[in-house]
Amino acid sequence: MNQDPLSRQNEPPLIALCAVTKVYGAGRIAMHALRGIDLSIAKGEFTAVMGPSGSGKSTCMNILGCLDLPSSGSYRFKGVAVEKLTRDQRARLRRQYLGFVFQGFNLLNRTSALENVELPLIYRRVPARQRHQKAREALAAVGLSGWEGHTPSELSGGQQQRVAIARAMVIEPEVLLADEPTGNLDSATSIEIMELLVSLNLRQKITIVMVTHETEMASYARRIVRFRDGRVETEEHHGGRES
Amino acid sequence: MIWETLLLAFRAIRRNVLRSSLTILGIVIGVAAVITMVTLGGGATAQVKVEISSLGSNMLSVRPGQWFRGPGGIRTAADDFDIEDAKAIRREVFGLEAVAPTASKVAQAIYGNKNWSTSVIGVTNDYLKVRDLSLLTGREFTEGELRSGKTVCMIGTTVQKEIFGDQPPLGERIRLNRLSCQVIGILESKGQSSFGQDQDDLILIPLRAFQRRIQGDTDIKAIYVSALDGVSTTAVKEEIEKLMRIRRRILPGQDDDFNVFDMQEIVGAMTSTTRVLTALLGAVAAVSLLVGGIGIMNIMLVSVSERTREIGIRLAIGALEREVLLQFLIEAVVLSSFGGLFGIILGLVAAGVGARMLGVPFILNPSIITVSFLFSAAVGVVFGFFPARQAARLDPIEALRHE
Ligand SMILES: Nc1ncnc2c1ncn2[C@@H]1O[C@H](COP(=O)(O)OP(=O)(O)O)[C@@H](O)[C@H]1O
Ligand SMILES: [Mg+2]
Repeated sequence: MNQDPLSRQNEPPLIALCAVTKVYGAGRIAMHALRGIDLSIAKGEFTAVMGPSGSGKSTCMNILGCLDLPSSGSYRFKGVAVEKLTRDQRARLRRQYLGFVFQGFNLLNRTSALENVELPLIYRRVPARQRHQKAREALAAVGLSGWEGHTPSELSGGQQQRVAIARAMVIEPEVLLADEPTGNLDSATSIEIMELLVSLNLRQKITIVMVTHETEMASYARRIVRFRDGRVETEEHHGGRES
Repeated sequence: MIWETLLLAFRAIRRNVLRSSLTILGIVIGVAAVITMVTLGGGATAQVKVEISSLGSNMLSVRPGQWFRGPGGIRTAADDFDIEDAKAIRREVFGLEAVAPTASKVAQAIYGNKNWSTSVIGVTNDYLKVRDLSLLTGREFTEGELRSGKTVCMIGTTVQKEIFGDQPPLGERIRLNRLSCQVIGILESKGQSSFGQDQDDLILIPLRAFQRRIQGDTDIKAIYVSALDGVSTTAVKEEIEKLMRIRRRILPGQDDDFNVFDMQEIVGAMTSTTRVLTALLGAVAAVSLLVGGIGIMNIMLVSVSERTREIGIRLAIGALEREVLLQFLIEAVVLSSFGGLFGIILGLVAAGVGARMLGVPFILNPSIITVSFLFSAAVGVVFGFFPARQAARLDPIEALRHE
């Protein structure tokens, strides 16, 4: 069966921001964090977002992650206008399609690595046995076989971030959103994490959007978007680094 | 999902064992108090009921009035009855099974070298009927013995034990003060009354013998009356009162100088006392559960604010509002149910000890246990709801930033 090339062309981009603004507060103390962002990201891209502190990178990531809504403009995820969704609908969208990796890892403490990775599967009602299985596989994929029973406080920063990545990957998301994933790590560990992300992008075709202010980390991405004062300043494409 | 949430709740509670225990203390104490009191109260009521029915619930007693007057509380009693009063009641009040005029006094019973202080009651055979007494061995008084006032007696088992020991008492003569008296019957044991009275510590002799040889006059101190089955004791009481007012020449408007006690009324009074106590108890329980509930709400609010970051993580990875709400609600319910459970256990143990100490039967009341448990769980729902809703409505971004 031949695939109609037109249908492919008509398919909306995975992520499409159109004139997105975000204003915190109102009146004289209003803080314009985003002043009109147009950005579209196709399926399978690995995008790095760079820019000085306070330029609106995290604000933009929160909107992409459906954790926050734009003040104006529109955000379409898989063609769906996110600002029209209810809080619960956005939660369902997150649990179905989005994985998050944060600078501060954000693992549940006093909870084992395995249980941390299982957490999103619990909300997806995956039966216990299948859940353990998948979580183990995800931990193995990030190179943490044998560390399942350890709690975050017993793991190094790099290991904790691997657990966080495993937690994001275990639901096989469409998009992985990472806000300064290496911000708290030394450079050797950072490189390991970047190589892990690159391999996820290449092997599992997961779309990755990553904020970083380190040029070296950004160089792993094939596309770099630079923010300044709540606007996209420049964009560049290159081949990206193969791991 | 529910199972995972339950596990989560148990884990959260276990992490703060001391705090959790202190939190549920209010509920534990409230529930324990209710269980203890209801169980003991139930036991006591059951015992009293058994005793009253053994006493004969259709019994009335008629006694002269008594007053305590003046600063020293000097006791003044109205005139005693005489045998004609008893005969009049027998004759004119409808629906009576038996009428037993009595007089009594505490006296020394002596046999051989044993002596025992007991109450000696002058009676007719009707007394046995009214008080529901029966003979273990021997016989009742004969008509002749009653008429002539012969010095024969029936004795209770306590008296038998105290002065005869193992010897057979029938036909033996005992001495009551200075009176010599032949034992013709032994009464079956009735045990202790609800007021702790030994009901087997008595000697019955013919009324006439008692009046002549012990009391020295022909007064009657009390008249016991039993109504036939199906006859209203209230009606009997009214009739006796009417009759006695005439016989004692009490003018209209004047108070009675005698009392008619109706056992059924006493049972009623006791039941209503129990009801008042139960209501009071309910109020105490409600207050302590309220206090317990507020404690749980407080600790849940603390827990929500301590775990803000955790809530943020859950929301970010896709937990729905109601899933977070349920998690904290279940935690509160588990906490309060634990309170209920420990309260029930503590209450039952306390009731067991109390029952033994007070000598009342230990009667398990499954419905109060169920109700207490459900109630404490409900406290968790009610007081856990507000903190849980607060958790569910957190903004995930704010929550994640929380340190
Ligand atoms: N919740 C908020 N309330 C008010 N101002 C905010 C809030 N979040 C971010 N900002 C402001 O918006 C701007 C952009 O912040 P952010 O997106 O975090 O920048 P970046 O991640 O690029 O450092 C900053 O000036 C920050 O102070
Ligand atoms: Mg930031």
